[in-house]
Amino acid sequence: MKLRANLVIGGVLFALAIFVGLLAPWLAHTDPVMDANLMNAEEPPSWTWWFGTDDQGRDIYSRVVYGARVSLTVGIISQLINSVIGVALGLSAGYFGGWWDDVVNALTNVMLAIPSLIFALAIMAVLGPGLTSLLIALGLTNWSFTCRIARASALSLRSQGYVQAATVLGYGDLRIMITQLLPNMLGPIVVIGTLGMGSAVLSEAALSFLGLGVRPPFPSWGSMLSEAREQITTAPWLSIFPGLAIFLTVLGLNLLGDGLRDILDPQSRSRRT
Amino acid sequence: MTGTPLLEVEDLRIDLDDGSRRVAAAEGISFRIDRGETFGLVGESGCGKSITALALIGLLRPPLSIGGGVIRFEGKEIQHLSAAKQRDLRGNRIAMIFQEPMTALNPVSPVGRQIAEMFVLHKGKSWREANQLAVEALASVRVSAPERRVKDYPHQLSGGMRQRVMIAIALACDPELLIADEPTTALDVTVQAEIIELMRNLCAERGTAILMISHDLGLVANVCRRVAVMYAGRIVEERGSADIFRAPSHPYTQGLVDSLPRLGSRAALGRSRLKEIAGVVPAITNFPNGCRFNPRCAQATDICRTSAPETDVLEAGGLVRCHHHA
Ligand SMILES: Nc1ncnc2c1ncn2[C@@H]1O[C@H](COP(=O)(O)OP(=O)(O)OP(=O)(O)O)[C@@H](O)[C@H]1O
Ligand code: SF4
Ligand SMILES: [Mg+2]
Repeated sequence: MKLRANLVIGGVLFALAIFVGLLAPWLAHTDPVMDANLMNAEEPPSWTWWFGTDDQGRDIYSRVVYGARVSLTVGIISQLINSVIGVALGLSAGYFGGWWDDVVNALTNVMLAIPSLIFALAIMAVLGPGLTSLLIALGLTNWSFTCRIARASALSLRSQGYVQAATVLGYGDLRIMITQLLPNMLGPIVVIGTLGMGSAVLSEAALSFLGLGVRPPFPSWGSMLSEAREQITTAPWLSIFPGLAIFLTVLGLNLLGDGLRDILDPQSRSRRT
Repeated sequence: MTGTPLLEVEDLRIDLDDGSRRVAAAEGISFRIDRGETFGLVGESGCGKSITALALIGLLRPPLSIGGGVIRFEGKEIQHLSAAKQRDLRGNRIAMIFQEPMTALNPVSPVGRQIAEMFVLHKGKSWREANQLAVEALASVRVSAPERRVKDYPHQLSGGMRQRVMIAIALACDPELLIADEPTTALDVTVQAEIIELMRNLCAERGTAILMISHDLGLVANVCRRVAVMYAGRIVEERGSADIFRAPSHPYTQGLVDSLPRLGSRAALGRSRLKEIAGVVPAITNFPNGCRFNPRCAQATDICRTSAPETDVLEAGGLVRCHHHA
């Protein structure tokens, strides 16, 4: 099998982001919050200050490195919550059908009708800013695609021989859903989850940009952009580097999602062969 | 065999609810299977064999439902058991294997795990023990190198291998009854014979009764001690396997036997299929009045068109449902 460029590039970018986030304390040059020093305020990028410094003299490189932690935590955990909700609802709806299916469908339609960022904004407004609020707001508002796909897969898998065989062998409903249906729909769910992580990273940036995310001074890429917007002409590096970090991470996740779709989606697989 | 039969079906009716009305997709189904006995159910496509089997294991789903009658397993009525109790029977005491070995295994799970799951599910074993037992189960269906094979995925196995795995799964919990619904139709002839032989031997060793379902009278008669012939939702004749060939009593059965090639070596390869008897099988919603076979029957008289025959007991042993039976 030939290696797919999108899978490789996406995987490398995402792995790099994870690596940076995990090793932030070792990779960063200075403490992202404490090491303010007005003597070095607004230095442009140089050998000493790779990404430059902000108006308080904090090292932008170190802040971007630490910012990866927030972005990835929010991206991964909120998408995990979405995936779990979407799979639980969609899988059970498709498997059981009937009134439960109607309820889940109605709920999904509501979620699809309201842009998830608006929904998340409303939740943040109620919960107030902070990491936990972010995880909840983004984790509860972006499961509708996963739910749709899980439901459709469950509907089609339900009539497969092995699902019927499992019924005949005395498997209970829960066991059938977990052992027979879930593993067979994992491909598309993972793809959507990967793409969803990308959009969660973006949403985190957007919410933090609006001041609803992680509270300053702790860095997140979104809040860094927000703080930088007044100096965008005088100190463009303040916006460029966090922006670049968001761009590369989201790009990586999208490429990874596409690449995974190519290998995991049985339809595109059979199209190739 | 004396005492209570293993399985006793009395006057079972299966309803099909097509939205506006209920029609009987099968009715007056009665038969019994003793412990360790082999019993065959034969008939053309659509006559109601599979739905009868599903009724036995409590798996009829709308639009089908049990419309009446009694099903007793080991003397106890099972048709009204709770879903959980029926689930405990299924796979544990009554197992079933299907026609399609290609699709009856979960493609993303190693076969050993699928066998092991039966021990976990029904026997409360730990996964450790269950995995060990799965190797033994695979060995018992004569799969070579079972400790390596358990790690294989279904797509790595041939059709015959998969059907062996299905048998291992079905027999894992040592059920009292194995229902085999067209277990080999999808396989090629030599593999078919092997699988049937294996199934028969394993069940004989363990004293497992078999209810074998097929279109193929020759195949069924070769495996089973007694055979019931079904036509349009009713059992029309039930006989010992040898008798049914020597002296078929019902005109439909006679037609079946006549259409079998090479009677002497009939089932050696299990190849013979039913040749169509003149006419077509009536649709469920449109069964003829009287005897359902009358439009196709050469011996039909007026009474056949107006009144449905009752079941008669034959002197030579066996049951037949025909006004003018031999
Ligand atoms: N889910 C269902 N909904 C509606 N009708 C059904 C359903 N399942 C079976 N039937 C009808 O019930 C009748 C008996 O079906 P069944 O599957 O038992 O036939 P069979 O004897 O097993 O045939 P085959 O040899 O083709 O497997 C058929 O006429 C079929 O159309
Ligand atoms: S009852 Fe009449 S129509 Fe039916 S099988 Fe017997 S002879 Fe033929
Ligand atoms: Mg059938």
